Amino acid sequence: MFERKIFSRTAVAAAIASLAAIAPAKAEDSVKIGLILPMTGGQASTGKQIENAIKLYMQQKGDTVAGKKIEIILKDDAAIPDKTKTAAQELIVNDKVNFIAGFGVTPAALAAAPLATQAKIPEIVMAAGTSIITERSPYIVRTSFTLAQSSTIIGDWAVKNGIKKVATLTSDYAPGNDALNFFKQNFTAGGGEVVEEVKVPLQNPDFAPFLQRMKDAKPDAIFVFVPAGQGGNFMKQYAERGLDKAGIKVIGPGDVTDDDLLNNMGDAVLGTVTAHLYSAAHPSQMNKDFVAAYKKAYGNRPGFMAVGGYDGIHLIYEALKKTGGDTDGTKLVEAMKGQKWESPRGPISIDPETRDIVQNIYIRKVEKVDGELYNVEFATFEAVKDLGKTKK
Amino acid sequence: MTAILTNLFDGVAYGMLLFVLACGLAVTLGLMNFVNLAHGAFAMAGGYVCMVLVNRMGWPFFAALPLAFVSSAAIGIVLERTLYRHLYTRSHLDQVLFTIGLTFMSVAAVDYIQGSSRVFINLPAALQGQFDLFGVGIGRYRLMIIVICGLLTIALQMVLAKTRFGSRLRAAVDDPRAASGLGINVPQVFAFTFAFGCGLAGLGGALSAEILGLDPYFPLKFMIYFLIVVTVGGSSSITGPFLASLLLGIGDVAGKYYVPKMGPFVIYTMMIVILIWRPNGLFGRTAAR
Repeated sequence: MFERKIFSRTAVAAAIASLAAIAPAKAEDSVKIGLILPMTGGQASTGKQIENAIKLYMQQKGDTVAGKKIEIILKDDAAIPDKTKTAAQELIVNDKVNFIAGFGVTPAALAAAPLATQAKIPEIVMAAGTSIITERSPYIVRTSFTLAQSSTIIGDWAVKNGIKKVATLTSDYAPGNDALNFFKQNFTAGGGEVVEEVKVPLQNPDFAPFLQRMKDAKPDAIFVFVPAGQGGNFMKQYAERGLDKAGIKVIGPGDVTDDDLLNNMGDAVLGTVTAHLYSAAHPSQMNKDFVAAYKKAYGNRPGFMAVGGYDGIHLIYEALKKTGGDTDGTKLVEAMKGQKWESPRGPISIDPETRDIVQNIYIRKVEKVDGELYNVEFATFEAVKDLGKTKK
Repeated sequence: MTAILTNLFDGVAYGMLLFVLACGLAVTLGLMNFVNLAHGAFAMAGGYVCMVLVNRMGWPFFAALPLAFVSSAAIGIVLERTLYRHLYTRSHLDQVLFTIGLTFMSVAAVDYIQGSSRVFINLPAALQGQFDLFGVGIGRYRLMIIVICGLLTIALQMVLAKTRFGSRLRAAVDDPRAASGLGINVPQVFAFTFAFGCGLAGLGGALSAEILGLDPYFPLKFMIYFLIVVTVGGSSSITGPFLASLLLGIGDVAGKYYVPKMGPFVIYTMMIVILIWRPNGLFGRTAAR
């Protein structure tokens, strides 16, 4: 039993290794990208946004780069890491892809990491946001964000803007804990005080009792991180309980006011201040064109997940241009390091040291623009690196 | 003191909501002895109907609520006539397999038609916010839930205990053969009861969108809560599930408020303790059947 397990594992490893040896030798005219996204399940909106953005990019820029035709193979993992791993294996061994990309949640990105290392092909993370991800394989490059980026910035901003006492409400899972810890670190270092700390279960039906507790603690503001999707429920109950009238503000990383859902949340969200990488209301010409094209194609506005996908495919295109169409994984990752470009979210680059994204973090306030709710940016922290890497 | 009262109020509202969502299940499971795990799907259907009517077609919220009831009941009666009735005499395992399949189909169908993101129902301004009653914060929406669900509970109890239909139903449950021998149209009584239970779930689904959140995974996410209510309450009457809902609602809210670290487990701890104490639920019938 035990031996058989070892045998099968070695067999897979050998298969992958031999593939890696063969792959560059085959001079083919197409480049295959294995896209692994949650297209069903609770995270499906992430998957759909990324897929939409990639399609849009390929319509705009054409599907040929450096003489090679780009081919996308989409697999649904429903954000379940076991399925991610199977999908990545199939893509690498059977479809012989040159990139794996996507990854809606942190566990999914981590599950694929050893495969990327073994097969020596780049893994482009377009959504998942925990800091450790890029440390798990030298082939991982990220175009989304890390929670440390926005959480530390909002912590700094809060102390400087008269918020002294904060109660925190975060979802009890890895990204939620990341957000909480980085916020606390910067907020308390600046002299702020966390008066109440509540971790809510991920599958949380009703925020009411937690919010009542927040209200009774009488903080200046609540720091909130809940996964995209629950933000609406949170904001509604926040208003229902009259926390807005009690003068308790909402601050946090921008997930709670994701553009994808923001407009349906009602006027209770007005005035919420968040730190984030992207707002559909970002005032650059490039973003206006991007939002207009996205809306025209899919009927709704893009959120930060869509931008992660848009930039991810851009990075793949640029890397291929730089290698002149060479699909050797190691060369591609080298070509990606230090890339700098203008994205719909603003200027961004890939940190050559960590392969993680460096980007502006914007402080935004929810306001009504032309009758719709938007995150309007009013302060910028430029070129923020990920501060959450484990110290080495 | 006011914090305790506010929590009590929230707990009662939450419990009432659980009751309306789950009492249909208590009827099918307890009275008709049919395991219907697809119960949440009917609740979800009601919620989505209400959402489409209010948000897309501009109906007033209070006009859409009865329609949520009617449409879920209609779906219920169609499915009962075409699918469910073939399974009444089958084993519980068959019933579980069939209804869980139906649940997955409903999840996929709603995901396909309406998308996977969470939806909200636009509420009239009169239902938003909180007002103070002697210092106790009362949520308007939660107050409405308590009123609607309270009236429904009284009406249900009256119908079951006092009307001819109620006695026919009880007779049909106790001994279907003798009941049909006495001229009671048993299948019809069951069909009607089933549809009514589905309708209640639909109404509950529409009411819960604001508090529990409505998305295509609703039937799976809340299945466990419905089952807890029915097991704890015992499935032989509707008083049992009603008291169980209140107990669980208040316990859950109080647990999350006073011991937030333990909060999510309170409801399960209560279930375990009650079931050790009374394995058939609070009001379980041990002998019958």
